[in-house]
Amino acid sequence: MADHVNIERRRQAIYGWILLSPAAILLTAFAFYPSLATLWSSFFSRGTRRRPSEFIGGENYADLFSDPTFWKVVTNNLIYAGVTIPVSIAIALGMALWANSKIPARGFVRTAYFTPTVLPMIAAANLWLFFYTPGLGVLDQIGSLFGLPSVNWLGQPETALWAVIIVTIWKEAGFFMIFYLAALQTIPEDLKEAADIEGASRWTYTRRIVLPLLMPTTLFIMVNALINSVKLIDHLFILTKGGPNDASKLILYYIWEMAFAFFDAPHAAAMTILVLAVLGIVAGIKFSYLDKRTHYQ
Amino acid sequence: MSALSRHIETLGALLLAVIWISPLVFAFWAAFHTTSDAVNFNVAAPWTLDNFRTAWAGAPWLRYFVNTFFLVTVILIGQFVITTLAGFAFAKVQFPGRDFVFILVLMQLFILPEVLIVENYAMVSRLGLFDTILGVGMPYMASAFGIFLMRQAFKGVPIELHEAARVEGCGWFGILWRVYVPLARPTYLAYALVSVSTHWNNFLWPLIVTNSPDTRPLTVGLSIFGAPENGVDISVISAATMMSVAPLLIAFLVFQRQFVQAFLRAGIK
Repeated sequence: MADHVNIERRRQAIYGWILLSPAAILLTAFAFYPSLATLWSSFFSRGTRRRPSEFIGGENYADLFSDPTFWKVVTNNLIYAGVTIPVSIAIALGMALWANSKIPARGFVRTAYFTPTVLPMIAAANLWLFFYTPGLGVLDQIGSLFGLPSVNWLGQPETALWAVIIVTIWKEAGFFMIFYLAALQTIPEDLKEAADIEGASRWTYTRRIVLPLLMPTTLFIMVNALINSVKLIDHLFILTKGGPNDASKLILYYIWEMAFAFFDAPHAAAMTILVLAVLGIVAGIKFSYLDKRTHYQ
Repeated sequence: MSALSRHIETLGALLLAVIWISPLVFAFWAAFHTTSDAVNFNVAAPWTLDNFRTAWAGAPWLRYFVNTFFLVTVILIGQFVITTLAGFAFAKVQFPGRDFVFILVLMQLFILPEVLIVENYAMVSRLGLFDTILGVGMPYMASAFGIFLMRQAFKGVPIELHEAARVEGCGWFGILWRVYVPLARPTYLAYALVSVSTHWNNFLWPLIVTNSPDTRPLTVGLSIFGAPENGVDISVISAATMMSVAPLLIAFLVFQRQFVQAFLRAGIK
């Protein structure tokens, strides 16, 4: 009898691994092995024809830390994250509250909010070129109605990053709205009725009941937005190419540029590792802390 | 007071909607007008298809469309097969090390393929898949997100059905194919919509791995077409942009409800 159980258990184990093997092979080839290989190659110098690459320890990292462009790019990315995350979440929340309330043309409103989400970032960038082009662009034309001078939004260091940020927010907010909308629809009607009976104003109801109940959704969106602030760089290729003077360059774009334009793979690897470390910390916080705290079902 | 504030809110909601949709509407309008009419906001100007003719002649769009179509299909098929098998293993098969491996898989949610471009590029080249559609698709097939989604869907299937099928003489594969897959149909649909729209729009990785018009997807083609070096004017860029977003956008507008449901189902576990 015990034998039988043993055989069954072994059968299940073999079965499990067979089912898992295609995923395991691909994940190893395109996630785990590349991560380790990146770590490994970040400790080696860039090989040239005359000097083969050699182990140099943390030198690539030291180079990065003494590279002003690196700090510029990190600062840019912090601003990018620091602005796009809260602003797109706030807009998404407003959109969801509106799109969930009984207003006329609700269908149109929802569609308008969500549509940017289904466009490729490249297309979004092309659309926004129309707004930013100096002289001809929509923004300048509106400005000239009020007698404002022409502004080269994408071509000057003070505004380039902000122009990029606006496109990201435009693209993201409608996507996050969906999650809030879903959460709003799970809030029981009787809470609203109870609040009405108690004479609570709509504002009090929103602030005291709706917002706290949306907390788990907000955290979920926040993690997504954080990942997006690393990932969403496609529009840089169209709008600014990171310029002028690196004013709008973001980390992932810099990694791409180092690896595929300057062919400096070791420094790109070192930077990749730093990004992975940050993402790893976020993952750790999410899995160990947030998931435990906000799990209610 | 309440009525007034309600009106103000409605106005705000509509205003935001108009602002949000305006870049798209404006580009749509500009695509059908000459550049000088478009930049001068000549509302009364006649409509024209010239921009589309110029754009269409300027790049192998048909090829790009076919490439993107193949790409999203290849990825979707790969994802369905791989995430179904793995999701089933995690949901219904007991084997040692399962929980540990599952955590490894979840880690991939944070090891973005986008960040590993350098080594993934090396891997794809090593496999001889550089500049192939398979090479573009492969890193996305074992999606941790998809595995997680399938696991959740399969977990919800009552064990009685599983046992009934077994009594009827179904093998493991038969049970998976006849019981679990049909019951998870809504999850497949949701996953398909999310996957297709993600990969239709993906840019950075295809940019790196493709090197010829024969493999290039629409997004990469569009970025090359619109590059400032090419000196294409803005109405023509609008026309090209409209062309390349049209299939997905029309599909979205027609199946809006399903799209939104899909994103919800995929996002909220």
